[in-house]
Amino acid sequence: MSLNAETAAETAGLRRSIDLSRPIFGLLALALCVLVILPIFWLAVYSLQNDAGEWTFENFVILATDPTILRAFGLALLMALGVGILATAIAAPMAWLAARTDLPCRSGVRILVTASFVTPPFLGAIAWEILAAPNSGIINGIYRWLFGLEADAYFVNIYSFPGLIFAIACYTFPYVFTLVANALERVPSDLEDASAILGASQLTTLRKIVLPMVMPAMLAGSLIAVLQALTMFGTPAILALPAGFHVITTKIWSLFQFPPQPGLAAAAALPLLLITVILLRGQKWFLGRKGYTVIGGKSGSARITNLGVWKWPAFAFVAFILSLAVVFPYAALLKAAVTTNIGEPLSFASLTWQNFNFVFFEFDATRLAIWNTLVLGISTACIVTILVVVISYLVVRKSFPGSSILGFLATAPVAIPGIVLGVGLFLSYANPVLMLYGTLWILLIAFITIEMPAGYQQISSSLSGMHPEVEEASRILGASRLTTLRRITAPLLKTSVIAAWCFVFIGTIRELSATILLTIANTKLVSVIIYDLNESGNLGAIAVLGLTLLVVSFAVVIIAHRVPLIARG
Amino acid sequence: MRGFFALVALLAGLIAGSAHAAAPVPYGITPALIAAAKKEGTVTYYTSLELVAAEHLAKAFQDRYGVKVRVERAGSERVFQRIGQEYLTGIHNVDVADTSDAVHFTYFKRRGWLSQAVPAEMARLWPADMRDPEGYFAAFRADLSVIAYNKRLVQPQDAPKSFADLLQPKWKGKLVKGHPGYSGTIMTATHTLSKALTWDYFAKLGQQNVMQVQSSTDPPKKLSLGERAVQVDGNEYVVVMQQKKGVPLQIVYATEGTPLVVGNAAIFKTPAHPKAAKLFYAWMFALEAQQLNSDFGGVRSFHPSVKDNSGRPPLSQIKLLRSDTKELEANLATIKRRYEQYFGT
Repeated sequence: MSLNAETAAETAGLRRSIDLSRPIFGLLALALCVLVILPIFWLAVYSLQNDAGEWTFENFVILATDPTILRAFGLALLMALGVGILATAIAAPMAWLAARTDLPCRSGVRILVTASFVTPPFLGAIAWEILAAPNSGIINGIYRWLFGLEADAYFVNIYSFPGLIFAIACYTFPYVFTLVANALERVPSDLEDASAILGASQLTTLRKIVLPMVMPAMLAGSLIAVLQALTMFGTPAILALPAGFHVITTKIWSLFQFPPQPGLAAAAALPLLLITVILLRGQKWFLGRKGYTVIGGKSGSARITNLGVWKWPAFAFVAFILSLAVVFPYAALLKAAVTTNIGEPLSFASLTWQNFNFVFFEFDATRLAIWNTLVLGISTACIVTILVVVISYLVVRKSFPGSSILGFLATAPVAIPGIVLGVGLFLSYANPVLMLYGTLWILLIAFITIEMPAGYQQISSSLSGMHPEVEEASRILGASRLTTLRRITAPLLKTSVIAAWCFVFIGTIRELSATILLTIANTKLVSVIIYDLNESGNLGAIAVLGLTLLVVSFAVVIIAHRVPLIARG
Repeated sequence: MRGFFALVALLAGLIAGSAHAAAPVPYGITPALIAAAKKEGTVTYYTSLELVAAEHLAKAFQDRYGVKVRVERAGSERVFQRIGQEYLTGIHNVDVADTSDAVHFTYFKRRGWLSQAVPAEMARLWPADMRDPEGYFAAFRADLSVIAYNKRLVQPQDAPKSFADLLQPKWKGKLVKGHPGYSGTIMTATHTLSKALTWDYFAKLGQQNVMQVQSSTDPPKKLSLGERAVQVDGNEYVVVMQQKKGVPLQIVYATEGTPLVVGNAAIFKTPAHPKAAKLFYAWMFALEAQQLNSDFGGVRSFHPSVKDNSGRPPLSQIKLLRSDTKELEANLATIKRRYEQYFGT
């Protein structure tokens, strides 16, 4: 592989360099504590206080007895579970088809999955309102027209519990897809060859060799999908509220309405933390002691399965899913962008530039918001990638006794719904001593905290699949831990690092729930603007902004794949 | 000793309070004020006015005086939440704000977050009950929360004439309404109607499978899309704006009465752009802005010279339901609890 004699010799020359990993461990631990523990600390304090600032368990009593809150919890859990199952059920087969078979247009599939990934879920939800609202939805219009039904009949209703699960799964399945596809590419072909030589059929090999090896990635992906759904705010706010029910995030958000109940909101957030910890434990238990190391010093390229007669049915399956997640929604947004009233049928006479004109020339928030979004997205992605590579390395390679605490700290924010983290951060960084509220810094801190778990999951799962033998060789030749990380481990992780960078960048673009509490007029982001526009029903402007966002994020992702992120040597 | 200090503080408060009791001297738009405002360059305006209407207003001001208006638009309750959050943490970003929930401004005033300012035109022309006697805020706009329907989906002879009509089985699954936890207009309207029609009315309405949106500016847009046929509540001015775009919407002034929603505006205590704020605030109450709001935005005005060109009946010919701010504030929690009980959110 990439380790060659030259690098080894160079590494040996650094024999006497000082090992900086200990001070860095200390600094990281401190930084993570500030990032993660400070907001949680304030939440805990608030959850134990009443409005007058007295210590009390009142909030938890309300939490345990208020049926509206319990119902919101139950629905959120069911929703997240549904999303996890649906996303995995569609993404895992798709990932296999795209990575390991002769499916037609495989690169096209990957581009469309990326398009689904860069689509903020709330934008997808708005697009699905246009498509599948019971009366005005385009799909229902076609359904009535096809069967000559009266005005009340509908085929699909996006303002419903299944509609909500569907709309979230459409934009979370790429997490599972990307992780599984990457893992599939890393399964060494010699193992499969061995299985084939020993007489196993393709299906047996898939079941006994490939599936167990990609299981950690698949579970990690499902877990991210579940947690994303559980803590998601935008899509439920857009789809569940019209349907007349709350999930826990919208319920927590409603607790900030006047008169605000921050204590109760903080208390309601803590069980989410507990659920997440249980889920993460569950993943560990499920995987048991099965340890697979995928990248050793030697390996062959992945084998491609011939689909034979199943080629076109498989293609139809993938095309159908991607139409639902990407093609139809963007077509709907495009229609909204060029018409005055989306309710009217599309005709040449009804075409208009009015929405573009409004967004780019009249609406003064647009340009600043696009700029802010890009600046924050790129800087968050760079900072988080560097952080999680170092943290994953220290944790996975068990560099120090107690280094696993870093892993816990890096994963913990996943359990905090963005809206609650927003409040926690607000409480932490909006005081006379440390006044970051109203600046982009508080958003940067929020995004680093929010995106760290996804980046960490990505890098650490790749790293656990990498045998330490090559690193050990480097260490034996005298390189320090950090030099080894920089010269050996990071280049081997290149694909994962780029993927993590893109994960984080896109994550910041999709983020809405913490952002919504932390922005002011000067620090508006595109996501907040889209949400604001949706509240007042300006569909045309949303469509224009959404399409712009897609183009810009796509450009960034493509550039990221071209730029050599890790310098060699 | 502590008691003594408390007493001194109380007395000081009383003296300060009495000194503030009278409204300040009205001010006009003078060349000096314009020059000073231009020097500051910008004014930050938090509003719950429909976004397109708000941007239109901002642009007109900028064209007139060369001072940029930074518009921060959200639903009333979110504007309120944001200002509260900012002021409690010492961020004084907002110069001028308006919302459509009258409770907000009595609260702001009580907290001491507002400046006293009375533009001359307002002092001369505004009805006394539409401005704060001490000059802290005044009614920048008025709006009605109206029933309306899409004429493509409902024939005029079948249209509802009252709130009671909306309980008929034929409207099940056809109604849309805003949310009181989000919209000041809907909060005010819900309070007024809960008094006029009792909560029992809302309990029954909750059985009608009503589509729930947040902002009061949204129901008219859902009608335009054809997603629902009839709105239970929502801004009259947004219905008018949609009509101007050629969407066939029809307003219904219910026989039980139509909730009147007063939208107050004020300059905040320590604005970042004090002169620009003063200029913008004065202009907001001037005929130019008020007429513009009426023509472009369809907002009702208290300026006697504003001509309503929309063909709507004037306020004097509509049976209005007014709300009591004090009573509304006392009932906020109850309204939200009841509402969630009947409508699920």
